[in-house]
Amino acid sequence: MTAIYERELDSQLNGLTGYVYGALMLLFAGIYVMVSNLAGSPDFTNVLYSMNFIYLIGIPLLTMRSVAEERHQKTDQLLYSLPLSMTKIVLGKYLALVTVMVMPILVMGLYPLLLNALATAGAISLKSAYSALAGYVLLGMALTAVGLYISSLMDSPALAAGACFIVMLLAYFLSPLAEYIPQSGPASLAAFALAAAVFALILWRATGNRAAALGIGAALEAGLGAWYALAPDMFPGLFADVVQWLAIFDRFDNFAYDIFDVRSAVYFLSAAAVFLFLTVQAMERRRWAA
Amino acid sequence: MVEVSHLTKRYGAHTAVEDLSFTVEKGLVYGFLGPNGAGKTTTMNILTGCLAATEGQVTIGGYDIFDQPIQAKRLVGYLPEQPPLYGGMTVEEYLSFVARAKGVTVGRLDGQLAEAEAVTGVTDVAGRLIRNLSKGYRQRVGIAQALLGSPQVIILDEPTVGLDPLQIVEIRKLIRSLGRDRTVILSSHILSEVQAVCDRVIMVHKGRLVAQGTAAELEQRFAGKVTYHLTVKAAPGEVHQALEPAEGVLEVATEPGDEGRLNVTVTASDAGPGMDERISFALSDQRIPVLRLEREQASLEDVFLALTQEQPTGPADSRPGRTRRFGRGGRHDRDL
Repeated sequence: MTAIYERELDSQLNGLTGYVYGALMLLFAGIYVMVSNLAGSPDFTNVLYSMNFIYLIGIPLLTMRSVAEERHQKTDQLLYSLPLSMTKIVLGKYLALVTVMVMPILVMGLYPLLLNALATAGAISLKSAYSALAGYVLLGMALTAVGLYISSLMDSPALAAGACFIVMLLAYFLSPLAEYIPQSGPASLAAFALAAAVFALILWRATGNRAAALGIGAALEAGLGAWYALAPDMFPGLFADVVQWLAIFDRFDNFAYDIFDVRSAVYFLSAAAVFLFLTVQAMERRRWAA
Repeated sequence: MVEVSHLTKRYGAHTAVEDLSFTVEKGLVYGFLGPNGAGKTTTMNILTGCLAATEGQVTIGGYDIFDQPIQAKRLVGYLPEQPPLYGGMTVEEYLSFVARAKGVTVGRLDGQLAEAEAVTGVTDVAGRLIRNLSKGYRQRVGIAQALLGSPQVIILDEPTVGLDPLQIVEIRKLIRSLGRDRTVILSSHILSEVQAVCDRVIMVHKGRLVAQGTAAELEQRFAGKVTYHLTVKAAPGEVHQALEPAEGVLEVATEPGDEGRLNVTVTASDAGPGMDERISFALSDQRIPVLRLEREQASLEDVFLALTQEQPTGPADSRPGRTRRFGRGGRHDRDL
């Protein structure tokens, strides 16, 4: 696994993307610290809150090549023939990506100290600054796993970057979008029914097994219908709540409000684990691919 | 060493490999021979665990490639059709990465690298970036990569495709030398290559096994018939009358040549050394002057063509260049 880790790190640091990501992160961190801290309030958590959109561009840049490039260059055959489990290969790649992701954030870790050194009146709370930075890293870790998964589905890095950017963008605006979702019970039911149908369709496309996909889709729809018949008062606003729950960027908000939110930390780590698991599955499925 | 039983791989409706079974013994070089689209690459990918089989079983050194992939893969070094090289790394960096990924311990790393580089002749380019190497050298680096971790079985998919004649000769020499202390399986659509390099031949066509054995065995087993080419001075009727009653003659075909000569093709059952005399005497008894008499031995190529043409031909067979590809086995190599 260390060999995979080092090779991935090496390819990130020998290419341009790792540096572009780092430069982007530090450039915006610098601008925000200057504009908001040096000229306004010294609250560093505000900087992080304002600049988590950098991940929208940074994560696709960072993760696009990880698997798609191997497939493009046919070097993935080497990975498949190595006496290593796919979990170790994916984990090695992921940890390398996280290392590159964290590097500029470590530099940003100096800023609170710098702000305190420059402070003329009253120091900022280092505890809240660093807990926000930790939350920022955790958010990045979850998003990196999402990017890695998208890269593992694609055959070219450019496609992976495009798809990843769209997913990041949707995730970023999921919370404001959720507010426009109708709150009524029937609307929620209809949205869930549609989601179940889409899920069945994806399942069919992914596995090629139409009967199973149809069966699962039908079971989901029937379950929804039964649930609605039994407890219709649970439905109003439920779909919007679920969408709100999926809004990964919003989980960072609490960190920015001075709280080390353990629940959000667990959420980020679970999201990373889920997408790493999905990446392993996507890679394994290639062995069966047509 | 390697056992393949009832291997089948389907891609949707298309069957790439069908009910393929063979056994590979230790310490020999095996040639996996078949035209393009015969299922060679698919089989190699399954043998190395890169692809899952639809049905059937592959064991390497007793380990099932699917149930115990880690143990099985430790015994195998694989060079896919396209060498899996990272262009941005130097040869040394790349080989060191592969060795460590294969679990070679730090203590043995330098020794293994030096050996693999020396055997494949890439020591001189060890410090160069892979993307700047010629195709021949990349192929060598690919083979060096397969040798790392001291696997007992080396699997090479079309190792000489795209190389120049000199490189082909060198890679073949390298493969022969690998076969001295390891088991080698190589795939090829070039017959002369398999004849030159391999101890055993496994012929596949449309995903099915059509024949296996040593080249000599195959020639013997399938060379039931002998063909004679003659030039005589006589009328077609006379030749037919003279030859057809002779023992062992199966078919006589005539074709008019220049200056009243007649070209004759005789197909005979292989009835031992007496056949030459019987043909010759049958003609001289009738006072037919023989200007030329040649016996054509069945070659591995004929065996292959006979075997692959018995099957109903599909699109894979009608590709242009296929017959050219199977240049006269062993005599001269048209791929050169």
